[in-house]
Amino acid sequence: MGIDVGSTTVKVCVLTEDQSEIVYTSYERHFARVKECVLAQLAAVGEKFGGGDFTVSVTGSAGLGLAERSGVPFVQEVQAAFKAIRRYYPDADAAVELGGEDAKIIFITGGTEQRMNGSCAGGTGAFIDQMATLLNISVSEMDELSLKAEKVYPIASRCGVFAKSDIQPLLNQGARKEDIAASIFQAVVDQTVSGLAQGRRIKGKVLFLGGPLHFIKGLGKAFKETLHLDDEHAVFPENAPCFMGIGAALASCAEKPMPLAELVSRITAAKGSDDIVTGDPLFKDREEYEQFVARHSRSDLPFEDITAYTGDAYLGIDSGSTTTKLVLITPEGHLLYQHYQSNNGQPLDIVLERLREIYALAGGRVRICGAAVTGYGEDMMKAAIRADFGIVETVAHFKAALYFDPKADFIIDIGGQDIKCFKIKNGAIDSIMLNEACSSGCGSFIQTFARAMGMEIDEFSKLGLFAKHPVELGSRCTVFMNSSVKQAQKEGASVEDISAGLSASIVKNAIYKVIRAKTPDELGEHILVQGGTFLNDAVLRSFELETGKQVVRPGIAGLMGAFGAALYAKENVQGGSTVISEAELKYFTYHSAGRVCRGCTSNCNVNVLTFSDGRKFISGNKCERGAGRKPASDELDIYAYKYRRLLASAQAAPAAKGKKAPRGKVGLPLALGFYEQLPLWAGFFEECGFDVVLSEESSRQLYFKGQHTVASDTVCYPAKLTHGHIESLLDKGVDFIFFPCESYNLDEGNSDNHYNCPVVAYYPELLRANNERLNERNFIAPYIDPNNEHTTVRALKKALKKYRLSARVIRRGLRAGFARLERYREDVRAEGDKILHAARKEGKPIVVLAGRPYHIDPEINHGIGKLLTSLGVAVLSEDAVYFRGERVRVNVLNQWTYHARLYRAAEYATRHADVNIVQLVSFGCGIDAITTDEVRSILEKRGKLYTQIKIDEINNLGVVKIRLRSMLAAIEEQKRHSDEQQAQKG
Amino acid sequence: MNNKRRKAETPVADFRDEYPRFTPEMKHTHKLLVPDMLPVHFGIILDILRRDGWDVELLTNDARTVIDEGLKHVHNDTCFPALCVTGQFVDALKSGKYDPDHTALLITQSGGGCRASNYIPLIRKAIKAEFPNVPVVSLNFAGLEKDSGFPMDLKTILKLAYAVFYGDELMSLYNQCKPYEETAGAADAVRDGCVKLIGDAFAAGTYRRYKRIVREMIARFSVMPRTGGEKIRVGIVGEIYVKYSPLGNSRLEEFLLAEGCEPVVPGLMDYVMYCAVNNVNDAKFYGMKRGSAFVFGLAYKYLLRMQRKINAITKKSGFAPLHDFEHLRKCADKVLNQGVKMGEGWLIPAEMAALAETGTENIVCAQPFGCLPNHIAGKGTIRTLKHMYEHENIVAVDYDPSATKVNQENRIKLMLATARENYGQRKKQGT
Repeated sequence: MGIDVGSTTVKVCVLTEDQSEIVYTSYERHFARVKECVLAQLAAVGEKFGGGDFTVSVTGSAGLGLAERSGVPFVQEVQAAFKAIRRYYPDADAAVELGGEDAKIIFITGGTEQRMNGSCAGGTGAFIDQMATLLNISVSEMDELSLKAEKVYPIASRCGVFAKSDIQPLLNQGARKEDIAASIFQAVVDQTVSGLAQGRRIKGKVLFLGGPLHFIKGLGKAFKETLHLDDEHAVFPENAPCFMGIGAALASCAEKPMPLAELVSRITAAKGSDDIVTGDPLFKDREEYEQFVARHSRSDLPFEDITAYTGDAYLGIDSGSTTTKLVLITPEGHLLYQHYQSNNGQPLDIVLERLREIYALAGGRVRICGAAVTGYGEDMMKAAIRADFGIVETVAHFKAALYFDPKADFIIDIGGQDIKCFKIKNGAIDSIMLNEACSSGCGSFIQTFARAMGMEIDEFSKLGLFAKHPVELGSRCTVFMNSSVKQAQKEGASVEDISAGLSASIVKNAIYKVIRAKTPDELGEHILVQGGTFLNDAVLRSFELETGKQVVRPGIAGLMGAFGAALYAKENVQGGSTVISEAELKYFTYHSAGRVCRGCTSNCNVNVLTFSDGRKFISGNKCERGAGRKPASDELDIYAYKYRRLLASAQAAPAAKGKKAPRGKVGLPLALGFYEQLPLWAGFFEECGFDVVLSEESSRQLYFKGQHTVASDTVCYPAKLTHGHIESLLDKGVDFIFFPCESYNLDEGNSDNHYNCPVVAYYPELLRANNERLNERNFIAPYIDPNNEHTTVRALKKALKKYRLSARVIRRGLRAGFARLERYREDVRAEGDKILHAARKEGKPIVVLAGRPYHIDPEINHGIGKLLTSLGVAVLSEDAVYFRGERVRVNVLNQWTYHARLYRAAEYATRHADVNIVQLVSFGCGIDAITTDEVRSILEKRGKLYTQIKIDEINNLGVVKIRLRSMLAAIEEQKRHSDEQQAQKG
Repeated sequence: MNNKRRKAETPVADFRDEYPRFTPEMKHTHKLLVPDMLPVHFGIILDILRRDGWDVELLTNDARTVIDEGLKHVHNDTCFPALCVTGQFVDALKSGKYDPDHTALLITQSGGGCRASNYIPLIRKAIKAEFPNVPVVSLNFAGLEKDSGFPMDLKTILKLAYAVFYGDELMSLYNQCKPYEETAGAADAVRDGCVKLIGDAFAAGTYRRYKRIVREMIARFSVMPRTGGEKIRVGIVGEIYVKYSPLGNSRLEEFLLAEGCEPVVPGLMDYVMYCAVNNVNDAKFYGMKRGSAFVFGLAYKYLLRMQRKINAITKKSGFAPLHDFEHLRKCADKVLNQGVKMGEGWLIPAEMAALAETGTENIVCAQPFGCLPNHIAGKGTIRTLKHMYEHENIVAVDYDPSATKVNQENRIKLMLATARENYGQRKKQGT
């Protein structure tokens, strides 16, 4: 008998004594009640076969603990699968197995190798479940939908949270569920291929195992297409879900048989371990809870009966990522109508339906004088119902908060998808902190979890209020929390304890990770909490306990965005409202379709909503061109300039000057350090008589091309893209690729040392080791310190031995290269000057988009420069301004060339009122964990706002836009405030 | 090529926060707390420092609260070792056992191109709000943190070098005996005896008679009753902190012992020599700091000679010696260039190759989640290594505050299952 206890299911399988026949299999979800589920299945086995002796082994991730504590033999699950494969499919070349939380690949022929996913749960069954919850459909419905897909959107699957932020905007924009479903499966495939295969191709006869691959046809299809397998080579065994169980049964033959009764008693006797840490209960007793409830009910808004009210009203809509909120208020701020609903797919439907209801209830007595929309879906919603205003969420929340507590100095809003915190100083926003895409830990996590337990969120969170021993779940990202929760369950924690533990960890995540407070006192005196998540009393209580302060939670905490929007409409509307009327609403319909924009090389997937009155709304586009408008000029965008200028630096002097035939064709990848040093190396090689070939420009397709050679899935996206550039150069047929390793970058005199980051410095080593097409001849990666001419010449001479360059030629080449690099830099600075002057003349705000040289790659920055210019901002880069800043002393070791520029650029910004810093950070950049804090502290020490944007392979400009607009609004607000104060003084 | 802009031209803006300095007088007034990085080695080293008049204490707090404090005070994306070390310090200070006005924190600093060189500012920032008077002391050989450095003289350096050699030898002998001990705890008793032996040698000033001390340690371990038979040997390599620290690697050595394996852990001296060689290489490759490189070259030669003598003695006694560093360098050259010098750099693949060549083909490559140099030197080289050594069986394990132990152990178990299978096959072929 084999027992496979996975993270979500239990599989039991029985073989005959000679192992020839599988006589029994079962497959059941265990909902974290592992022991009970195993025992129930054993009882079923007992019924079928009577008692008798069995050889038994346990396998699976959750089986590990069970086996240990019950003393039943354990076999590792990949090993178990391997046993079964060798027996039933001896001719298989590879096997892919997806489980609840694990993904595995077994290579059989050509060097046996077994691989398992790292500690992230991305690309597994749990991920698919999570996504299905998000779409509000069952997994099997999702499967069916996927088969009808017309197109595939790029979705990150590395982490559920990421994927969510990819999918949510698609949903909000009205993309078809069919396409999204297929995209999710494709994401899982990509994750498996890149994250697990890591340079090894999956080919030959491939077995697909595990529950998800068996039950989800669409997933299998995506695998077959991606791996180019035909039916003969893609095998989906009948018993795929129980395959590991069968393997375990085979493995058990080496063990001593035991009677079934003994097995049952051993498992029954297995104790839960006492590994889990628990905290104190949230409330001592009921009485304390009731006091707490009474205190908070004081901050409720007065109601007004819409069916009786006659007069003016203002509408506010908050079209959030997971929920839609809508309020209608009287000019006095009384609540006429409120609505809060999860987006089950299309938020526009919800709003239309509610508007119809409002008009019906109002019976013609109420006049909507103004309407404002905020949130992720702002643009679309505003277009659809013709609202008067669209405002940034942060502004809406800020407005609403001040209404409740004019003295508030700290506002924290935890919504479904994001956490926003504001510090208020002198009635204006002093700093904004938003969660990063990675460490969410927001409301929707509790919701997903509640559903996984088969409960509604209210019910689930109430359970936590009186938990005796809330579990400590850590305060990190939700995916990790997910496995902490599962572990706690396996250890026997009750649902109540987990619910309370989740509430506490959401609070801790917000305080220590998002706000990054060292002590709760840093938050402020008058704290106002809002957002749907705080309606959950357990979360509210945890927050008060953690901070040791009594806070204000408005009764409409979940509707604050909408309320703020309504207030904004009230204050700002002039004349009548343009909002859709009752009559128009009756006949209003819309239609949604997707297409690929061919406006430029980005090939954005855009979504077109056509309204019944003929108007159109386009979303998903990176620039105006996609929306059918003329693109904003990129004159004030130095990122666009730098990119063009850099590419041009390689074609300055083609070797075909008529002198002689080129010595050879050298390929330079447009990646990492080359975004700064391309002029140097292009100049060098051209001067030495080589033809220089550049890799093609970055794109997602290019990334996929090199994806199979990526060795570490947690490395940053700029590094991952490099693999595609190498493939591109190899396809272009160059004689060799040149990619130097540079521990040290050029010393610009800004810092104590001038290192490159480890990834930039040594990535060529990794490329050579993991791409089988590269060898000593076609990949030249000498170790160079460009500051030292003597050793550089020596290193290059040795590396390019084949071409017999004399030291003199190399030296001349290097000087030409450095001259070209210097020209490039001077041009960038001159362009920076030009932009600065132009912006000041036009009175435009200036943003220094501070990152690394490689952030000018449009595939890496996802067009953030364009986005900023479309918001009416002039964009500079760190290298266009840093030399104007003073040299800085910082707390940390200032020892990286590129990072030192950031500090000086920040210093520069602090001395200019119209210049602000937005720091671009690539996900997974460990060094930026250090620089971000320092840049922030430089700015804040001199009263400047700090904004950070994290970028990765995913493209989620919606969130970025909100962040940038919030920043601009806050700057505006600050300016207005200081102007007012000045005026008062004067 | 001299693209350096003259530093004097631009004014300097100082954004540093104030922090308490460590002054030499504090030797007599302050207790120094030391994080638990390498239990055996630090035990010996602390003993020496105490004899020199320092009041030092090795922290052993490892409850969940350590990680929680770390999570609270250190940026999400900063690596796990920084989080553990900071957490351990803050947790200790909060325990109330130490007088904040008379306590300082001691931490090593390498000064390489990895963010690990930044632990000190991170720790300072973490304790600033609650313990503003506690200085952080840097133990380094690169002249960093001049105003808060641990005072170093040649004699102390020499003593430390000997201590590291003894610690390595002791760790290696212990690992070779512990899995085979007949009575539980016998190896631990011998180890404790050896620690005392070494301590006495330092006290008596006879610590430089290393051949005698090594022979004595070997003699003590070799008379320890051991069971025969052979166990699967599992090498541990990786980022320096998670490689050695039980807090960092969820007690990896104990786990391997419990799984019936013999852990093979390369010595700390390799890392010391790696740092020395990198300075020599910098001079060789890039013509940098020739003066100090010369000194490092001399030191390296001195250490190498000693390492070879100790290895020779060990080998003669029948125990497996630690790696010869020149051999490690040759191993590195087969995999990647010695120019990869940030973090543990080329040392990691070198050790993996050397382990394979000395009969330890099963390896746990331990690294903090998202460790930058290890993308290249760890995970990035595994493919090459597997090509070179057919049976090499490597599992790369990420350590992270929230990765569950089950997850890590399951991966190691997979590696062990393969190891056992390879072992079985080899035996079959052998007979």
